[in-house]
Amino acid sequence: MSLPTVLAVLLPTVPGAAGLAGLLVRPAARRTAAALGIAATAVALVAAVALTALRQTATGSVTLADLGDVTVHVGVRVDPVAAAVAVAVGTVALLVQVYSVAYLDRDDRYAPYAAQVSLFCAAMLTVVVASDLIQLLVGWEVMGICSYLLIAHDRTLPEAPAAAVKAFLVTRVGDVGFWLGVILLGTGADSFRIDDVIRAAASGELSHARVTAACLLLLAGVAGKSAQFPLHTWLPDAMAGPTPISALIHAATMVAAGIYVVARLYPLFLGAPAALTVLGVMAAVTMLLGALAATAQDDIKRVLAWSTVSQLAYMAGALAAGSDQAAIFHLLTHAAFKALLFLAAGSVIHAAGTNLMSRMGGLRRGMPVTFWTMTVGLAALAGVPPFAGFWSKEAVLDAAARGSSGTVLASLAPVHLLVLVAGLVTVAITAWYATRLWLRTFFGASRGAAGHEPARTMWIPLVVLAVPAVGLGALTLVPRTTEFGWFAYAPARHFGVFTAASGYGRGAFGGAELDPVVVAISLAMTAAGVLGAYLLWRRDTAADPARVLGRAGALFAAGFRLDDVQRALVVRPVQAVATAVWLGDARVVDGGVTGTARGARRLGRTLARLHTGLPGYLTAVLAGALVLGLVAVLVGGVR
Amino acid sequence: MTVLLVATLAVPALGALAAALLPDRTGRVVGTVAAALAFLASVALAFGREPGGTGAIRPWHQLDVPWAPALDLRFHLGVDGISWPLVVLTTLLTLLCCGYTVWRVPVPGVDRPGVDPGGPAEEARPDDRGRYLVALLLAIEVGILGVFESLDLVLFFVFFEIVLLPMYAVIAVWGGPRRRAAATKFVLYTLFGSVLLLAGVFVVVAGAGTADLVTLTQRGGAGLGHGTQVVAFALLALAFAVKSPLWPLHTWLPDAHTEAPTVGSVILAGVLLKMGTYGLLRVAVGTVPGGARTLAPLLGVLATAAILIGALVCLRQTELKRLIAYSSVGHMGFVLLGIATLSATGFQAALVGNIAHGLLTGLLFFLAGALKDRAHTGELDRLGGLREVAPGLAGLLAFAAIGSLGLPGLAGFWGELFTVYAAVRHGGPLWMVLAVLAAVGGALAAAYFLRLLRRVTHGPAVNAVVGLRPTALAGAELVAWSPLVLLALAVGLAPSLVLALTAAPVHALVTAVTP
Repeated sequence: MSLPTVLAVLLPTVPGAAGLAGLLVRPAARRTAAALGIAATAVALVAAVALTALRQTATGSVTLADLGDVTVHVGVRVDPVAAAVAVAVGTVALLVQVYSVAYLDRDDRYAPYAAQVSLFCAAMLTVVVASDLIQLLVGWEVMGICSYLLIAHDRTLPEAPAAAVKAFLVTRVGDVGFWLGVILLGTGADSFRIDDVIRAAASGELSHARVTAACLLLLAGVAGKSAQFPLHTWLPDAMAGPTPISALIHAATMVAAGIYVVARLYPLFLGAPAALTVLGVMAAVTMLLGALAATAQDDIKRVLAWSTVSQLAYMAGALAAGSDQAAIFHLLTHAAFKALLFLAAGSVIHAAGTNLMSRMGGLRRGMPVTFWTMTVGLAALAGVPPFAGFWSKEAVLDAAARGSSGTVLASLAPVHLLVLVAGLVTVAITAWYATRLWLRTFFGASRGAAGHEPARTMWIPLVVLAVPAVGLGALTLVPRTTEFGWFAYAPARHFGVFTAASGYGRGAFGGAELDPVVVAISLAMTAAGVLGAYLLWRRDTAADPARVLGRAGALFAAGFRLDDVQRALVVRPVQAVATAVWLGDARVVDGGVTGTARGARRLGRTLARLHTGLPGYLTAVLAGALVLGLVAVLVGGVR
Repeated sequence: MTVLLVATLAVPALGALAAALLPDRTGRVVGTVAAALAFLASVALAFGREPGGTGAIRPWHQLDVPWAPALDLRFHLGVDGISWPLVVLTTLLTLLCCGYTVWRVPVPGVDRPGVDPGGPAEEARPDDRGRYLVALLLAIEVGILGVFESLDLVLFFVFFEIVLLPMYAVIAVWGGPRRRAAATKFVLYTLFGSVLLLAGVFVVVAGAGTADLVTLTQRGGAGLGHGTQVVAFALLALAFAVKSPLWPLHTWLPDAHTEAPTVGSVILAGVLLKMGTYGLLRVAVGTVPGGARTLAPLLGVLATAAILIGALVCLRQTELKRLIAYSSVGHMGFVLLGIATLSATGFQAALVGNIAHGLLTGLLFFLAGALKDRAHTGELDRLGGLREVAPGLAGLLAFAAIGSLGLPGLAGFWGELFTVYAAVRHGGPLWMVLAVLAAVGGALAAAYFLRLLRRVTHGPAVNAVVGLRPTALAGAELVAWSPLVLLALAVGLAPSLVLALTAAPVHALVTAVTP
């Protein structure tokens, strides 16, 4: 095995082994647990950085199992884009491990927690490096169960267990589609290897209809994992997990997986424009839905959670517009600034003793590190130049504006126009709620506790994450000419059949290539949002700017009551059917059995009365002979 | 190596006798030693294996002696890649159950009206009947191993019947409050299946003129008319459907599993049900494939119904052991659906699903038993907050439940995913619909297992759980459970442990049964 392959293998295996070992550590042994968790994620990060530095594609696979008509492999395929995502995963996971040592310093179940974080990281890295769809599916679902375990971690929150179950089940419902999509591809290509599947699609061995059907089915799983409408409902509730877990789920693992998988299988999606159209509509709806819901939240973590929903939709929008580069770019910058925002929010919550912004205010005094790093994160979220989020968001908007033609606003497909308009409107809303959060938390008079800086292990990760949140935009400056130049990567290029047929795969970005008109509009939107929130706040610094939303505020705060819709359309009917089946099973099926038995006994008693005196065994022999005779006649008859 | 083959049957049989005749504690220990020797013998069967012959069944080792020459009956035993994993699963679970019984003897039920059996009033009456329980477990083992090792139809039938009465006794003597009714239902229902099995065997043997499974499978149904094959398959499939069980012939199972003592439930769910799925594959599909092809769609529909109905019933279930019992209906539905596809992938999925179910459901019943022994109730309404009081038990329960819901990386996943794969690959509207429904059933399994965990482990500790003693796990419990935990993980990460063994015989079988 070559060095890159070894490194790629280490990525998921080291945290995975550490996670499994960590589950056996006594809950009281905090030091061992912490050392194991931090060391494992650190190794993963080092491996990822080394892979990125080597700039080679690591490949290799071995046979996992022979399943009769098909073989399952396990292997790695890490190109520079995968390596970049792995760096993001490793960084966030390591910082979360470090941060959690102090954040959970009084928790007597810290050891399993640290182990589960390692497993979570291993599962995400499995998805990142996977060369086989089944292997990818393993990481995909293990991540789901880790999120379940970690969201349910906090025993003081009564809503935590329900939120955990919801997170797993909503994503698992989406995974029914994912399973079937993977199987459709596997049965069509007679292999689950991603390269084989893509090759089969390019050569036409996989029919167009099958690719389209498979991509649409995969999207169900993607919508579940990456919290896209209508399967986004689990993400805001997942806030019941400890704050570092929110950072982990929202930034680099779990939700990023859905976007990453579409990018990984992008040649297939380029061959299935119908699936991309569905993705685009889903993205446009989710973008606005998430942003509007974020405007009215009082819980600081819920603001961030809804903003994740909305930001993920930008990535989905970029994919729908044909630019996997823009999607992955936004994934990376978002990983940096969202992890920063959650960890900073954790620090705020730690100081304020509450999640509610109505009981915060004036916190910038006493916690300057938290204040400044969070300011950086919010600026990146709102898309203020030159912070990282600005560049990647512009890349997304630019891709949507160019659509499939490559020229800005020329013959734009309706779905691209939809993504562009929704994206621009969302820019303003995002700026508005980011500003509201900033002002309500750090400015004005204090409405609760005073601020104080947390332990060193908690604020150092903030500073570390602030660096990419500021500077990741510099990625656009990496020359696109080298074969493995960062975002010269375009899988579609390798499969000209798709590119030529649909004109996709041209979404380009990079400082010089951004269209000035789109940039100007989006900057105006940002300014409008920031200013709007600021002016409202200045009128009464103690009051919530969200009051301007009036009655709509309650609807936004409740996430458009989609939870109720879900309950009425899915949960209740399933429960009703379950009750009916349960009763039917007990009364009809089992009732039939016991009824037969009772009837037989009654018949037996009647017959016994008629045959008193006839020896029992004689009856049995005759009955047996009768049965065998009947069978013989039947068999003879059908012969 | 033929000696080992015989040893797997003779050692437990002698052990059963010894356990029954010796004084209580000694008897239990001697019985457990016999179980351990049988386990070692069964593991050793895998060494020096060579597929015998080029037929449709290629036993690694076999014993073929005349039994009743006048009737042309032969005592033909053999083990191959399809049966060996099940043989080892049987010897392992029996060993664990016997060892568990050395540590703790379940209290036999008493029939005193007005006394809440299972309540504390009864606890002070342990007796010396534990050795009989061990003896019965070993007798059951002999029967089950015989079923998996028989290469003769009549012999198969005989072993199939041997299992019945000891299991009846285990449920009827050591069972819960409603054990008599449950045991009677179990025995009558499965006897009804046996009659059909006998009739099916009769039809096949009478038609083909031989009872040798190797020959019969090799012929692939040749020499039997299509009508005969359909009748024979229907009879055999019905018999195995009762055992597996297949909806709607499953209602003996929840009662039997719920009332049986812990070790009884473990053996019932862990290996006894596999006699049905193994028989369906090896006997029914193997000897009359023509009939199988005709009736496979019906079997597929019923198996899918079992998956969905099992899961939906679990969503409404209020008792721990009953819930686990019904989950078996769903899991075995996946196995049966895999067999119904009559494809190599379907068979492979079914075989690995069999093993996974044995490991994980065996573990679940062990855990449910430990929990009920401690909390004195299995009602979900009276349990809750287990992780606050007994984190070890709660953690293991979570592991078993998560494995059972088919999480990738644990054993249950491979059978489920590739059953769906086999159905999709089979093609056609019917099988597509079945595949989709089975996949939905997989999601429903997640729903009811997470509901179970939420009710039992999360939240504040409720009364029955607060008073739970002991909170720690006993050494004997860890010894009994850890092999199951490790194997569930190992098969999950490296399904080849099973699939590499089954691949060749499955290919041979598929070649033989495909026209």
